[in-house]
Amino acid sequence: MLDGRSAIRRKLPARLVLSATWLTLLTLAAICAPLIAPKDPLAQDLFLGQLPPFWLQGHEPGYLLGTDSLGRDVLSRILYGARLALTVALTAGTITCIIGATMGLLAGFLRGWVDILISRAIDIWMAFPPVLFSILLIAVLGPSLTSIIIAIVVIDWTRFARVIRAEAMTQGAMDYVASAQVAGRTRLSTMVTEILPNVLPTIVVLLTLEMGISIIVEAILSFVNLSISTDDPTWGGMIAEGRASIHQAWWVLVFPLITLFLTVLSFSQLGEGLKDRFDPVLR
Amino acid sequence: MSYLSIRNLSARLKGRPDQILRRVSLEVAAGEVRGLVGESGAGKSMIGKAILGTLPQSVEITGGQIILDGTDLLALPAAQRRTLIGAKCALIPQDPLTALNPSRRIGPQITNRLVDILHWSRADAEKRARDLLAEVQIPDPERVMRSYPHELSGGMRQRILIASAFAAEPKLIIADEPTTALDVTVQKQILKLIAAMQARHGTALLFVTHDLGVVSKVCQSLSVLYAGYVLEDSTIPEFFHAPKHPYSRALLAATPKYTDPDGSLTPVSDAVIAATRAEVEAADRSAHV
Repeated sequence: MLDGRSAIRRKLPARLVLSATWLTLLTLAAICAPLIAPKDPLAQDLFLGQLPPFWLQGHEPGYLLGTDSLGRDVLSRILYGARLALTVALTAGTITCIIGATMGLLAGFLRGWVDILISRAIDIWMAFPPVLFSILLIAVLGPSLTSIIIAIVVIDWTRFARVIRAEAMTQGAMDYVASAQVAGRTRLSTMVTEILPNVLPTIVVLLTLEMGISIIVEAILSFVNLSISTDDPTWGGMIAEGRASIHQAWWVLVFPLITLFLTVLSFSQLGEGLKDRFDPVLR
Repeated sequence: MSYLSIRNLSARLKGRPDQILRRVSLEVAAGEVRGLVGESGAGKSMIGKAILGTLPQSVEITGGQIILDGTDLLALPAAQRRTLIGAKCALIPQDPLTALNPSRRIGPQITNRLVDILHWSRADAEKRARDLLAEVQIPDPERVMRSYPHELSGGMRQRILIASAFAAEPKLIIADEPTTALDVTVQKQILKLIAAMQARHGTALLFVTHDLGVVSKVCQSLSVLYAGYVLEDSTIPEFFHAPKHPYSRALLAATPKYTDPDGSLTPVSDAVIAATRAEVEAADRSAHV
């Protein structure tokens, strides 16, 4: 019989609401940055250097979160930085997810030589130190948005491939897969119609996690000055610049750091929240 | 002419000499119910999987024929074989809890085969699914078709799998221990249901089980398997009155009796097992000469 579970309407979990709100606000801010940013993020004014945020003594109206050593508005730079962070998160995350998950599905479900090939590739990949590997890649490709995305994809696809491979193996051993095969499905179509829907919740969690990780990777690369051209504001670049003046102007470092932290946290919480909500077995 | 006839089917683990199936031959006539019994690991399920083409990749067939309705399945190219099996055979799987895809609704899981292989229209296929669900005594088929598997009980799911197996009017159904994963109370209903559906649709049934009690109720004939080797091939009355093989006799003696439910069981003795094993090995040697 139908049991009681389907009748219970659970209310939205707080973490889903909070993380989705933060990410929506951030996305809007990134899109509308030219409209809502109070100042030009690149405009320097050495007379207005290291102004504190609005609640401290000595602040200047119009510079809500203060200014950095060159007199650039911290808030405006964070807003513009969100553009790059979100672009990287969405594109790098999605491409990594598609490549990694496909590899994992193929290896885990088709097994045989496909699995051997992909698994060995993963083993070899994981023996490289990821940060050095990405720095090397950017050095070769030249610092640009495309090379950051390529670096993230090249390094992180194994994260998806490993997990999805294991999931696909578990699902592949289930009787429903045998039933689908007996009903005349080809291996490949079984993989897409039977296995994929069952690993999708895991893929969603990994995807959002990867989006957060992409932002961190971009920040790390900015921190070592290997991101896109240094004029454009990036969160990592701001943190790197803020480090130099941490004793005189902590806000230059702290505000981008908080933004970064909240964003990465929101991505991972969004994934978990979505999984709870859309997994048919948990729902 | 039998509907399914397996001749000298041998299989082994890839790259290993160990035989999983040893020159298995068995016949299932149209509309016949044949039991396939043996201990765990005897290769019962492997025979079912070999017929349906769902053997694990680690197993390879080393010889023999599986002739379904006059066509040797092993000689067909993979795609043709798949559609032939899809149109003429079906499976009632062992574990109803994992045999339905948890992330898809029940309805499409029943109608898929009708639409994909037999090219029915979706509306016809859905009507057929509703009728079948009603036939296996599922209340409110309409709602069940829209449900996900986790919303239904194990017994319900097994009924759905039975309905689904009969959906395309297959000529042969392989039931792989269909009652093993169910409660004892539900087992009897499911057995009755399978027997009734089989009789009504006239489908041949290969009933894989380790339970001789079940065999005596549903089957007309049976094959006893040991280490992938067919020891005995009898009709049900023959087998239960005068089993030919000492191992079969020992197996029968080891079955709990309804008349004496508390009596201790007689295990199959080491002497019988040793003799049976020697027989299988001797048969192996003579087959290789």
